[in-house]
Formats: sequence, structure tokens, C-alpha cells
Amino acid sequence: MASENNVLAETLQSDFEGILTGWLQAQAREGAKRTDLVSTRETEKQSRDLLTALARASRDAVLDDGFDFANPVWDQVRETLEEITESRTQRGVSPTEIGVFVTSMKRPIFERLRSKIGPELQGIEDMWNVSRVIDQLSLYAIESLVTKREAVIERQQSEMTEVSAPVVRIWDRIVTVPLIGTLDSFRAQTVMENLLSAIVQWEAEVAIIDITGVSTVDTLVAQHLLKTAAAVRLMGAQCVICGISPKIAQTIVNLGVELPNVTTRIDLQSGLEYAFKRIGVSVDGH
Amino acid sequence: MPNDTVSVTLRRASDVAYARQAAMQTMAAIGASSIKKTKFVTAVSEIARNAVLYGRGGVITFEIVGSGPRRSVVAECMDRGPGIADVALALTEGYSTGSGLGLGLSGAKRLVDRFEIASSALTGTTVTMECFAR
Amino acid sequence: MDTEGVEGVLHAGGTPIVTITGCVIVAIRDDLDDQSVMHLQDELVEEVARRGARGVIIDISALEIVDTFAGRMIGSMAQMARMMNARTILVGMRPAVAMTLVELGMTLVGVETALNADKAMNLIVNDLPPVALAQ
Repeated sequence: MASENNVLAETLQSDFEGILTGWLQAQAREGAKRTDLVSTRETEKQSRDLLTALARASRDAVLDDGFDFANPVWDQVRETLEEITESRTQRGVSPTEIGVFVTSMKRPIFERLRSKIGPELQGIEDMWNVSRVIDQLSLYAIESLVTKREAVIERQQSEMTEVSAPVVRIWDRIVTVPLIGTLDSFRAQTVMENLLSAIVQWEAEVAIIDITGVSTVDTLVAQHLLKTAAAVRLMGAQCVICGISPKIAQTIVNLGVELPNVTTRIDLQSGLEYAFKRIGVSVDGH
Repeated sequence: MPNDTVSVTLRRASDVAYARQAAMQTMAAIGASSIKKTKFVTAVSEIARNAVLYGRGGVITFEIVGSGPRRSVVAECMDRGPGIADVALALTEGYSTGSGLGLGLSGAKRLVDRFEIASSALTGTTVTMECFAR
Repeated sequence: MDTEGVEGVLHAGGTPIVTITGCVIVAIRDDLDDQSVMHLQDELVEEVARRGARGVIIDISALEIVDTFAGRMIGSMAQMARMMNARTILVGMRPAVAMTLVELGMTLVGVETALNADKAMNLIVNDLPPVALAQ
């Protein structure tokens, strides 16, 4: 099923190493080489892998009107591209830079095609220039699409954290935050931030952290709670941690974690009672 | 790309305050949150003071890098001191060769998003710290 | 200005120190360099002795930065004042500063805290127990 005149496969086969070298040079020239993020050796390996896959696939692939990148012939190429993209995105390489990394391959291949066709053909230089402009358009479009999507994700993420750590003013000078689910470092930070601003906003003297809904208390969570309590005190308020169930008390002690000088209570009710006493409010009944 | 670099020479204790001001301004320029600002400027204060007290002075440079929401400030503090013999030990909380509490270096590391330290008796100590806007 | 109860006003390198009903009050306004911080500590300790003060209130609500040096100065200030039978209460710390100090491992164990100068004043004048336990 190979096409009659598969120029791509032919060109790649005729001077594989030369094209690879030319491509690596083009990458550096067009600013796709991020030596700060990806090492030279890694770039070389990734470029060689991709070019090898391309050379192999193009031998059997249809390149004219029947070209279909979804065809299994291209599996290896797509896989290699995915691997490269994954490793580069993780290191903060931008979509445009990844795009340029690929499109800069055109230069050495075009050069060889041109010398084959012959310099007498006038239009080829113009075609090269136009295609480069269009490449840039498409890269820019992708870049801006990714940026906009990231902005949406970031906004949703911040809304989620906001919702998951609501600080409530339950009484004059008393604020509380009920914690639910897992408490990772990022959320712990948000909880602390929200709680401390609430103390300023309401001039709260007591801050109650209710951990009844926290699924597990490990060393890290205990550490976050200690930090929060310390920060609350620095602001001039008192921190009470309540919702210490027998199970959590056991876990904390078995972990060897201590909560020195932190006021703890079994449930929200006794936490509130403590808070009322601190601010000098007496509650009738009960 | 515009040149967003500011340098502060560190010779005496009062220069540490200038380094803090420069750090504050560059963080404000990238629209950093107040918490990020305070953390970064505090880290800068610790590192700049170390350079003055133990590094025979030096220079701290602030640069804004990246674009959009991922903009950050990179501070590079180079001193002319004798270097740190054991970097890992110096980063241990509570370890101090001077009169301080030994919280400065290890603390600064925890306050920023990226912290690198290179030290030798020949070149002195260079601390690189990066902090994102959010 | 109502000067009732005001015992004295002093300027330590541009930072006014006011003594009202036995409380030495200072509101630190700007980012101070190390020298000025030490100078301020000297002035505060002397003012406590001169007035026979019962307490020192340090308002840091204007400060965006408190590093280990400033933290150490506040801690030793409290220690010195305690030896002279005076309490030291730190007020108005911003959330960002509190979070940073905790991250630095500086929890200022020996220093009392309060939300604002008003509440601190009440604690000192009426000889009330500290707002919160030290962590």
C-alpha cells in the first residue's frame, strides 16, 4: 500500500543522520531547545526516536489525499510524540515550544527535497515561507487555547477550595471551620489562610477547628493542625481543635505525635462551651 | 523581552532592608498574593542578612521570569564569603555557626517554591530562590 | 487629643513610644533595618524601667515582614520585660506574617499576643490571664 513516489520515506532513508543533525540545529535556532528544562542528550534521544518512528511509518503510509494520521501505521509515531509531550509538559515546556520542536524538522527535510527537485523551480521558496507562517498561526492558536483552558481550571480549583473550607462566624468573637475529607498540604494552607483572615475580619478571639469529618489523621495532618494553632495564637486568638474521636485520639498517640499546649475537645459542643467560657459568655440550660 | 532585573549591593546591615524593598516591589509587579509576597520577602531578608553577616557582603539580583499566570520572581544572592563547608548541615533546622537561631537558611528554603544553593571556598555562596505569584 | 493618662511620648528613631496608664505602647510603622530594631529594643526596655511599666504593647499591624531577626528581638524584649515584672503583648500581626513565622519555626513561645492594642491594654490594666496558651 506504499504510495508510488513516497518522497518522505525516500528522503529520510537517503540521509537519516544528516537530517537528524539538521533538525537539532534548527531546534536550537528556532528557540525550541530548552536546555534549562531538557538536557541536550535527552533532546537528541527524543529527536532520534521520533525521526526513526517517522521513517518507519512513512514507508508504508499513504501521504497523498488518502493521508490519515489515525491509521495504525502511525501508531508508533503517535506514541513517541505522546511520550515526548508528557515528559516536556511536566517540566514546564510550553505548547508552542513543543510545536516548534516538531515543525523545525521541516527545514532539513525541505532542504533535501529542494536540492532533489532542483533550484530552477521558483515557487518552492515561497511555499516554504508561507507554510512557516501558517505553522506559527496554528501554534499560536493552540497555545492560547491551552492558556485559556488553564485559566478556567485554575478558577474552578480555587472555587472548590473556597467551598471546601468555609469559615463561619458562629458567635460574636467566635469563628469555626469544619474540615471534611482529606487534608493535604494545599488544603491545609487554604484552611489556615481563610481562618486567619476570618479572625481579622470578625475580631474573633476563639477559632474552632472541627475535625469530625476528617477521614484520617496522620503525622502530616497533625503537623498542619499544630501549625494552624500556632498561627492563630500569633494573631492573638485562641485555637480549639474539636472532633477528637476516640479513634483519632488513639491514632495520634500511637503515631507518637503530641499536641502540646493545644486545646482539644471531643466534639463541637464541648468546643463551643470552652469558647463561651473564654470570651465570658454564659449559656443557660444543659 | 523587557529587562526586568533589579540588583541590590549587600555591604552593611541596612542594605538588607533595601533588598527587602526590591523583593517586595518585584513581587508586587507580578501581582503576587500577600502571603506569597510576605514569604518571599522574608526568605530574601534571611538570605541577604546571611550574605552580609557571614559572606563578607555580595549582591542580590531579582528577575521576573515566565509569562501569564505562571510568572515568578527569581532571586540570586551571591556573596564573597568563605563558602559553606557542609551545605546539608547548614540547611538543618536549628543548626547555626553564628549567633542566630539556625532557622534562617532552613526556613528560607521552606518559604519559597524553589531553593538552590551552591557553595565553595573559592567562589563563595550563591543562593537561588524562585517564588510564583500564587 | 485626649491626653488623660498619657505619661510620656518618646521618639526612637522616628517610631513614637507612648506610655499610657502603665503600658508602654509602640506601633512599628515601617520596615526597620536591623540597627533600628535593636535601637527600638533599647528604648523600650529603658522606658519600661523609667515608667515602672506593667506592660509593653508592640503593634505590628503595619508590618508585612517579620523575619527571624525581628522575631528574636521581640522574644528577647519579652524576656527582658519579664525580668522587670512587665508583660509584653504583641498585637495586630497580619495573617501572612503569622503563616510565615510558623513556617520558619518561630512561634514566639514566650510572647503574649492579642488581636489589637485595645484588648492588650485591657489585659494589662486589669491584670487578666493571657489570651491564648503558648504553643
